[in-house]
Amino acid sequence: MRLVDIRPRRGARLVLGALPIFALLIVYLVASEARHLDNPADKLLPTFSAMADAIRAFTTDRDPNTDRILIVGDTLASLYRLGIGLAIATVTALVLGLLLGVMPLARAILGPTIAVVAVIPPVAVLPILFILLGLDEASKIALIAIGIAPFMTRDLTNFVAGLPAEQFTKAQTLGANSWQLAIRVALPQLMPRLIDALRLSMGPAWVFLITAEAVAADVGLGYRIFLVRRYFAMDIILPYVAWISLLAIAADALLLFLSRRGFPWAHGAGR
Amino acid sequence: MTALLELRNIWVEYGDKIVLERLSLELAERSFVAVVGPSGAGKSTFLRLVLGQEAPTRGQLLLDGKVMRAECGPDRGVVFQRYSVFPHLTALGNVMFGMECAQAPFTARLFGAQRRAARETAIEMLAAVGLEHNLDVYPAQMSGGMQQRLAIAQALVKHPRILLLDEPFGALDPGIRLDMHALITRLWAEHGLTIVMVTHDIGEAFKLGTRVLAFDKRRHDPHAPHRFGATVTYDLPLDRKTATLPDAPATDLSHGDPA
Repeated sequence: MRLVDIRPRRGARLVLGALPIFALLIVYLVASEARHLDNPADKLLPTFSAMADAIRAFTTDRDPNTDRILIVGDTLASLYRLGIGLAIATVTALVLGLLLGVMPLARAILGPTIAVVAVIPPVAVLPILFILLGLDEASKIALIAIGIAPFMTRDLTNFVAGLPAEQFTKAQTLGANSWQLAIRVALPQLMPRLIDALRLSMGPAWVFLITAEAVAADVGLGYRIFLVRRYFAMDIILPYVAWISLLAIAADALLLFLSRRGFPWAHGAGR
Repeated sequence: MTALLELRNIWVEYGDKIVLERLSLELAERSFVAVVGPSGAGKSTFLRLVLGQEAPTRGQLLLDGKVMRAECGPDRGVVFQRYSVFPHLTALGNVMFGMECAQAPFTARLFGAQRRAARETAIEMLAAVGLEHNLDVYPAQMSGGMQQRLAIAQALVKHPRILLLDEPFGALDPGIRLDMHALITRLWAEHGLTIVMVTHDIGEAFKLGTRVLAFDKRRHDPHAPHRFGATVTYDLPLDRKTATLPDAPATDLSHGDPA
């Protein structure tokens, strides 16, 4: 049997997929153990018990400023910024993508501007945002929105413009006007793609969030890990990074669930 | 019979490339016109002209004696080879779409009694094409033949003056194609339709059509092939044909008058 023809079954896939993760954990354990034998005060690769202590601390201690449990306050602050930023970007991309995709005229007018805005590295405009909007929430939210909206807009525009021309012709022969074409033919088919674009944008969105929080914030997941970096507190940083990854995975799973639930026709099967 | 659609000395040119030249035709009401011809002979351009997607460079199109605007409208229905149905709507939703657009200009959705009435009409139409048991099925779950049945039902619900078929059965299995031939012949007779069908299949053209138009270039310059356009080279009325027994093509040719 050829190597390329070996297809593991579901159970085998789970086991095989878990193997590298276990291997990494064991490598970490061994390396951490070795360093602690050498220097019991090592901070670079903290032991799991040290991390457990740190986790206990930041899930029970309260932030003196907000009087919230540390990780709860950080998570709420970060998710608030991320949520508003994503919402602004999503609505902008939906409206512009639909308009530009359906109307070649709008594409001719706005397309080049969006293409130019899309190539500006968002973090490079962060100083401008700080100057214009101040160091509060607005600048962080703006960075996320500005960072991902152009990409999403271009993706959705191309998607709508790429829908088979036959569909639009057919709709016109069924009496649809431009508005009806947009909301009954283009918009529903755009929705699952919008969720896809949002899922792809989540990665960059987290990058922009943590960047903004690292530069200027007094609460937030990114703020915390950059704060404790000064004390080489790897025992806090590593669980925080794991928590951020977990949040990202959960958000992705939620979006996929919404897409499957809301738009069964886009996922092959029917209801 | 009155001429439903009249083409008066139509020319279609793209830059210095001439696609159609000196095309004059009259299509009678309730006729089934099959259009054949080699690739690049302007069959699709002809269809787009009648559909209103494209304006002629010169000449006029008259629908019911009135000059036709180069714009798609509900008086001309169409079924393409592919992508004729909306993937995000169920069979019922696809057929109701046309009625919703007409009755609800802003929301394009119907509610209450209007919706029930549209639903009834749509179900009747779906039953007429044999899809009465697939009302809530999405196109992705349908076979190619079912999708084309749906596309026909979707177009017919608007009662178009002319139904345009662009190689509608070209992607189907031979067996399914025969079923579709029977279906379209029945719908044509029952609903008194006027049909213009572009096809690559000459057998299909002679089997279904009451008139066969062959498009080709009458003149050809080997050094500048784009300088001459195509037109109707054979116009074959198949008046003697009965619905059940199509004549052999050879017999028809002898009765046709090569233009």
